Amino acid sequence: MKKLLAVMMAALILICGVAMAEEKSEGVMTYAEYAAAELDSEVTIETYVQAKQSWWEDNGQGLATIYTQDQDGAYFLYNLPCTAEEYEQLAVGTKIRVTGYKSEWAGEVEIVDATFEILEGSYVAEPLDVTALLGTDELISHQNELVSFKGMTVEPAAEGSDAAFLYSWDGSGEDGSDLYFNVSLNGETYTFTVESYLCDNTTDVYAAVKALKVGDVIDMEGFLYWYEGVNPHITAVKAAE
Amino acid sequence: MKMLCKGLAFFLLLACMAAALTGCHGSNGLQSFSVPDEFDDSRAYEITFWAKNDTNKAQTLIYEQAIADFQALYPNITVNLRLYTDYGKIYNDVITNIATNTTPNVCITYPDHIATYLTGSNCVVPLDALFTDEKYGLSGSEVRFDSPALEEIIPQFLKECAFGGHHYAIPYMRSTEACYVNKTYVETLGYELPETLTWDFVWEVSEAATARDADGNYRINGQKVMIPFIYKSTDNMMIQMLRQLNAGYSTEDGDILLFNDTTRELLNTVAEHAGTGAFSTFKISSYPANFLNAGQCIFAVDSTAGATWMGTDAPLSDISEDKLVEFETAVMTIPQFDPEHPQMISQGPSVCVFNKDDPQEVLASWLFAQYLLTNDVQIAYSSTEGYVPVTSKAQNSAEYLDYLSRIGEDNAEHYEVKIKAASLLLDNIGNTFVTPVFNGSTSLRDAAGQMIEEVTKSVRRKKVVDDAFIDALYSDMNALYRLDQTGSAGAAGKAELGPMPQTSVILLCALGGTWILIALYAALNVLRRKK
Repeated sequence: MKKLLAVMMAALILICGVAMAEEKSEGVMTYAEYAAAELDSEVTIETYVQAKQSWWEDNGQGLATIYTQDQDGAYFLYNLPCTAEEYEQLAVGTKIRVTGYKSEWAGEVEIVDATFEILEGSYVAEPLDVTALLGTDELISHQNELVSFKGMTVEPAAEGSDAAFLYSWDGSGEDGSDLYFNVSLNGETYTFTVESYLCDNTTDVYAAVKALKVGDVIDMEGFLYWYEGVNPHITAVKAAE
Repeated sequence: MKMLCKGLAFFLLLACMAAALTGCHGSNGLQSFSVPDEFDDSRAYEITFWAKNDTNKAQTLIYEQAIADFQALYPNITVNLRLYTDYGKIYNDVITNIATNTTPNVCITYPDHIATYLTGSNCVVPLDALFTDEKYGLSGSEVRFDSPALEEIIPQFLKECAFGGHHYAIPYMRSTEACYVNKTYVETLGYELPETLTWDFVWEVSEAATARDADGNYRINGQKVMIPFIYKSTDNMMIQMLRQLNAGYSTEDGDILLFNDTTRELLNTVAEHAGTGAFSTFKISSYPANFLNAGQCIFAVDSTAGATWMGTDAPLSDISEDKLVEFETAVMTIPQFDPEHPQMISQGPSVCVFNKDDPQEVLASWLFAQYLLTNDVQIAYSSTEGYVPVTSKAQNSAEYLDYLSRIGEDNAEHYEVKIKAASLLLDNIGNTFVTPVFNGSTSLRDAAGQMIEEVTKSVRRKKVVDDAFIDALYSDMNALYRLDQTGSAGAAGKAELGPMPQTSVILLCALGGTWILIALYAALNVLRRKK
């Protein structure tokens, strides 16, 4: 009986926690409403920072690019006007309200020309295993989410090469550039990327990809970015479990 | 007399201190460069070369080969290559490094950017004396490779690197913009391509291509996506339209003329066609090449240096094979208002040399920069894209003429669209122009393009673009890009130094005071002697 009560209480706490975390303010879209909104329309969402890609200054205006997500879906914030001090405050899990325009660039749906405010609340997403969705039409519904891929095999980065990765898409880069590598599953090959602004050449994932060998079988985590098709920004790589 | 001597000594001390202080102000402390009489090749030099490539492996390899070949000729010079894929990033990094006197030795750049670099005086080496130096100048007697003579650099391209009375760069590659046209779709829509594209023609065909069927698919391609006209660089779009209409952009001295009635009319036209979905931009929608090759665009305007991405058989592509559509690609000059007198921008990388404390190191840098003008480098690099070599020596060489003549032999080195793009510029060198270069010209260029972006975005977001909107846009652009602070005051070589530091003011006051005291002392002496 005690065990049953403990399980019920834990479930209740969990449900309350999720309900509180999912609570949206008035005038704020749910993820479903956001997903249904037309391109170029104004959107207001509440979401949680999952990773920060970059901050730079353009004509005195700080601009941040951020991966965010709530319990229902993900929102990619591109060039969000933001001071350096504000950027520092945007730790992983931070809740923010964002108003901007829904836009699409090369297949990547994002929020641009936005404003934001920091709110009370925190949520850090667990990676969703989308390995089985690779190559399916369903995959895009998880665009920008933190995801994982399991048991994929490293393929040559270029035809006729035994290199497992390239600096930049065609090898024209150098240490510090984006890393491109190919991984396969069930006979299909996909190109994944270590985005150097998100994970530079001092990060574990950058070193891990540089150490890959063709034929390695690996598990990966990252954000399900899109560029003319799926192009995940990988943040963690390890040998398959 | 003792007092006078003391006064003079004090004055001399102050004068020395003043010279030391004013010499540093507004500069990075470098002396102006003078060409050494001899290159000291008993010493080893390590120089850095910041280069830009178009995310193109072939270009990277050519830089590496050029460095290896140069180092074989000059074993005492080591060239360290740092690669960029973005001019803007190079610009930002140079600006950052000027402050710490850690600029590269040789750098791929744009003249607009050099104008800003020059605000650190003596920072960029004026090349005029190096060009004509008998030993180490262009085709100089002591140069260990077959470099072009000064008169063999295409004069128009060389002129683009001159401002403030000096040449601050050498041209490296030149390109212009081309309109890559899906000729198949144009003809399917019932039109025939004119000899020279006009804006009216492009807008008309683009509007015709927006027709959809009952299911919402575009009639021309049967797809859900069609953006008939996409412009990659909207700054160029505005600049070239204004030039073609002989309307204001800026004066040579940097006075801003952009915010005029012609610009307003052009923005209204852009708004009209963005509103129907006939027009969009790279920043808003993505690369024109990707849409063109997927049959989702008819007129794609991009650099001739982007030609290898254009067309069904393009050797470079970002879209998957299943999205590629078969069509015939026409390579045409950008749309014109007066097709009898076409005008188009001249662009492409130039090379500047940064000044250093050691003139020998600068000379080593110059030798490497000069090496980039050799036929080997010029022909190899220009063949990677729709660039043209910047020297007549390379353009008229048998090797280059052979390359051009083999157009369409394959879809790699002799890719038809690429060689057509290069030929387009070769045929129109006399029709190219550049905009005035001054401290702030980069900002003006940004503002010109941003206005098209803002209008296009706003229309897509169902906002009203009218006179009030454009008035506000003019004001916003002026403020954002600080265009009221540009102009002749910040022109090349005339850096705005800001208010004088307090120490200098005190020092100068002390100097003035000392002179007055000396004069008084001398006058009193004279009076005493008279008494």
